[in-house]
Amino acid sequence: MNTPKNYRWRKFVDQVMRGSTVFATGCAVIPLIAIIGYVLTLGASALSVQFFTDVYQPPNMAQAAADGSTPAFDPNDPFAGIGVPTDGSTDGTTPADGAAAADVYAGGPVGGVLHGIIGTLIITGMGLLFALPIGIFAGIYLSEYRNERYSTIVRFCCDVLSGSPSIVAGVVIYILVVIRSHEFSAIAGSLALMILMIPIVTRTTEEMLKLVPESMREAARGLGAPTWYSTFTVIIPAALPGIVTGVMLAFARGAGETAPLILTVLGSNVISTNLFAPMASLPLLAYRYTESPYPGENTLAWGAAFVLMMLVLVMNILVRVATRRRAGASR
Amino acid sequence: MTMRSAMTLSRSIGFADLVGARTRTRPATDSVNAKIEVRNFSFFYGNFKAINTVSMDIPANHVTAIIGPSGCGKSTLLRAINRMHDATIGAHAEGEMRFDGVNVYDPAVDSVLLRRRVGMVFQRPNPFQLTIFDNVAYGLRVNGMRDKKLIAQKVEESLKRAALWDEVKDRLFKSLGTALSGGQQQRLCIARAIASDPEVILMDEPCSALDPIASLKIEDLIDGLRDQFTIVIVTHNMQQAARVSDMTAFMLMNRATRAGELIEFDQTDKMFTAPSDQRTEDYISGQFG
Repeated sequence: MNTPKNYRWRKFVDQVMRGSTVFATGCAVIPLIAIIGYVLTLGASALSVQFFTDVYQPPNMAQAAADGSTPAFDPNDPFAGIGVPTDGSTDGTTPADGAAAADVYAGGPVGGVLHGIIGTLIITGMGLLFALPIGIFAGIYLSEYRNERYSTIVRFCCDVLSGSPSIVAGVVIYILVVIRSHEFSAIAGSLALMILMIPIVTRTTEEMLKLVPESMREAARGLGAPTWYSTFTVIIPAALPGIVTGVMLAFARGAGETAPLILTVLGSNVISTNLFAPMASLPLLAYRYTESPYPGENTLAWGAAFVLMMLVLVMNILVRVATRRRAGASR
Repeated sequence: MTMRSAMTLSRSIGFADLVGARTRTRPATDSVNAKIEVRNFSFFYGNFKAINTVSMDIPANHVTAIIGPSGCGKSTLLRAINRMHDATIGAHAEGEMRFDGVNVYDPAVDSVLLRRRVGMVFQRPNPFQLTIFDNVAYGLRVNGMRDKKLIAQKVEESLKRAALWDEVKDRLFKSLGTALSGGQQQRLCIARAIASDPEVILMDEPCSALDPIASLKIEDLIDGLRDQFTIVIVTHNMQQAARVSDMTAFMLMNRATRAGELIEFDQTDKMFTAPSDQRTEDYISGQFG
């Protein structure tokens, strides 16, 4: 066989192109791996039993606990350690004495993020609770009660909403709820997360319901079942694993949101289960403690970021398992 | 009238429940024996005319077969009887499709209530992803039956009539309907259709996805159902039509308009031995199609 004239040139171009794509892929993956690795190493070092069982302790509190001295301010003050003076004479962020100050600024244990874990679960869970009925019913409408004109509009709105910056949801709820109620509250945060979760639940539900074969609907229709009846007895059970996938994805999305929570939940340093008051949450802890001058709090922030990542990772693994079981069941 | 009471009364009060309280039952029609009267019936998908002015009388408690080559509109006609096309955008009918004397395309007729009296068996077995028991009980529960004993009794009766009872009686609550073999699934679908006591059963090529042995079982089953139900069956298989049906309708697509037309409708014996139309004879003797 004859070698074409420009064979070597073509081979050279091929290798250059292949090299370029490999290089670009590397550039894309390196930051990702770097972030994960950084959070893993720094976050994992913050982990201890205390990290999961304790709430936030102001740096000088932790110090006081270590050397037996009296803490400079009230541990039950929700604003402790975030720079708000509790009375005229004592600045809450100023340690009691010079020796302690040196230790505090050198780092050391400053409690745990239990309040953040509880807060994230409450806020995200409630947001999901609000979003589920709306999202699932909207998905049923899009898939089962087809009306192309309205469906196209709804679908478009959903896609825009799921692509819009999450801070928008925060601003909307800030104006509609927080300003009117004169209070940052967990419920406001849940509402903001609800706005972000609805399009995810809606679209996943719709797609999953559409995967159920048309013959199922025909069979039910042929038996004289109204659409709502066949939807709840046949179509949704058949699509349930897929819908659960969408719900988990929505939870993962909500759990990681920070921006809307800054404007709605505000954050807290104690365990609070009052839905109408500010509450702690993991992304907020990571945000606030990263800004802190205390190395101990910085460590806490890494830990919070790590726990958050693990939460989302676990959710994703659950999603995969659920989807795989679904694929297996359909065979 | 509530839907629930309409359902329970459906057999006793005739057609009033189909059309709600507004309309009274129509007087008896001229042809006493006809369960379904098709009168100048045309059917459209958007602008496309799929069936052109078909007229025929489908007799009660007999098996009527509709045969013809692919694309002749036989499935469209069958599905038009219980308005399965309602969900198809742009599909509409002209002429009359009378069921017990009332045009089912009358706007006052509720398609859900209609389908409770006109059951359907499909080409591909389509059991629900429910247990065998729940599959058969589905139609009963749709109809508002809550008495567990009665449901169990009905399910057993239906499975026996569908010749499936002996094969599944040990796993009614254990196996999903979808776990059965193809032939069993189709018999399950027939049991599901007859459980809620419809008056008419429409079968859309019920054996085309089955092997010959499973097909024969279905045919035996149809034979046993004819005295209680009015059966309309669409089939590609002419031997099957000859074996199971009392009446046969032959449809053909008009080459010019591409609309399906009824060529001949007569007793099956006559259709297969001495058809009056040359095209029927050509089709039956395998000259085309």
